[in-house]
Amino acid sequence: MAEVKLFRTWSSPFALRIVWALKLKDVPYDTIFEDLANKSSLLLQFNPVHKKVPVLVHNGKSVAESFVILEYIEETWKHNPLLPEDPYDRATARFWAKFGEEKVLLSIWEAFNSEGKEQEECIVKAKENLKYLEEELKGKKFFGGERIGFADIALGWLADYEGVFEEVASMKLIAEDEFPLLSEWKRTFADAPIIKENWPPRDKLVIKFQAIREASLLKKLGN
Amino acid sequence: MGEEVKLFAVWGSPFSRRVEMALKLKGVEYEYIEVDLQNKSDLLLKYNPVHKKIPVLVHNGKPIAESVVILEYIDETWKGFPLLPKDPYQRAMARFWAKFIEEKCMPALFKCAGTEDREKAVEEACELLKLLENELEDKKFFGGENIGFVDIVADFIGGYWLRDIQEIVGVKILTRENLPKLCEWSDEFVNHVVIKENLPPRDKLIAYFRTRFGPKP
Repeated sequence: MAEVKLFRTWSSPFALRIVWALKLKDVPYDTIFEDLANKSSLLLQFNPVHKKVPVLVHNGKSVAESFVILEYIEETWKHNPLLPEDPYDRATARFWAKFGEEKVLLSIWEAFNSEGKEQEECIVKAKENLKYLEEELKGKKFFGGERIGFADIALGWLADYEGVFEEVASMKLIAEDEFPLLSEWKRTFADAPIIKENWPPRDKLVIKFQAIREASLLKKLGN
Repeated sequence: MGEEVKLFAVWGSPFSRRVEMALKLKGVEYEYIEVDLQNKSDLLLKYNPVHKKIPVLVHNGKPIAESVVILEYIDETWKGFPLLPKDPYQRAMARFWAKFIEEKCMPALFKCAGTEDREKAVEEACELLKLLENELEDKKFFGGENIGFVDIVADFIGGYWLRDIQEIVGVKILTRENLPKLCEWSDEFVNHVVIKENLPPRDKLIAYFRTRFGPKP
């Protein structure tokens, strides 16, 4: 009898990707919520290298790192595919997922953790990255085409968390006039079946990220 | 109808060498295009507008960028000499360790060549490589009996890059004392029949590293 467990936190956008993937493919699983300030011995056993969430455990064998887990899920439960069949289209999806993680997320996170002139400069960089995503959405409903795909799941945090970052850090990144396609994608994705039922409570996210930002800014002052 | 495969690369780059190793292992013919990074061609900028970097693989006119993405593409397109194993769990392990090399080991190793806090950087790099070595266990290659995905992604470590940089900079990271199994693996790697024909010319690499990392007059 197949046994799937997901180690996650209520707020991790990385773990949320796995929730989406499992639910989109109708894979039953148990959730284990972790307190990252007090990691369980099970988590440390299943992810000794990084000691982070998410971790997927399937029939006792653990997989860590959200993109690695997504590919594992895709190859193990083949219905409702998240990646297209054609190798070139698959490469394109993987490229944008990587870009989202290494450029978009990083630049927005830097803008989030800064203020004043420094934040202004970070915002310029973040918008340059977002422009590439805007370009990629031309003629498409989702990054995956007609249906949600791998890149949408990888970039999904933009449809909810990013708004929280904007609010907490008093910045505007994805304005309707500057990023009409991305703005539309955000709405469509956030409201899609499965996705819309699984966003964490926004007010709790705001409080959490406020605390994170305050701590970052304080640390910067101390340097 | 011919297959047209072009690779935009730089002779000394471990990233573009990964792609060359994969193509050669699978017996795929390709046209090699050397890029001058100080003077990037319009063609490179057209094929990789987002990052403007190498490697870029162009297959029948369609470009793919980012070496690890390219490796997956190559594996899915040319089925001879598979780089990733068949089993999904084994594939996940390979991808996990490739990511670990790319996101943890490589930046840590580059820090060792810098001048800030070198001792700490070396300590961190050694710890990370120890984890990688543990993954090797008693295997000849990360891929098992033969070279695979992780071995190729680890080319910077297995090939001459790390060995030569550490000597020129004057740090001890990959040594037989510290990392005996990883050293043994790197010997197998550089002696592999296909890999050894596909490493950058060593003297040219050393000369380049001396200029870049060597003690300044």
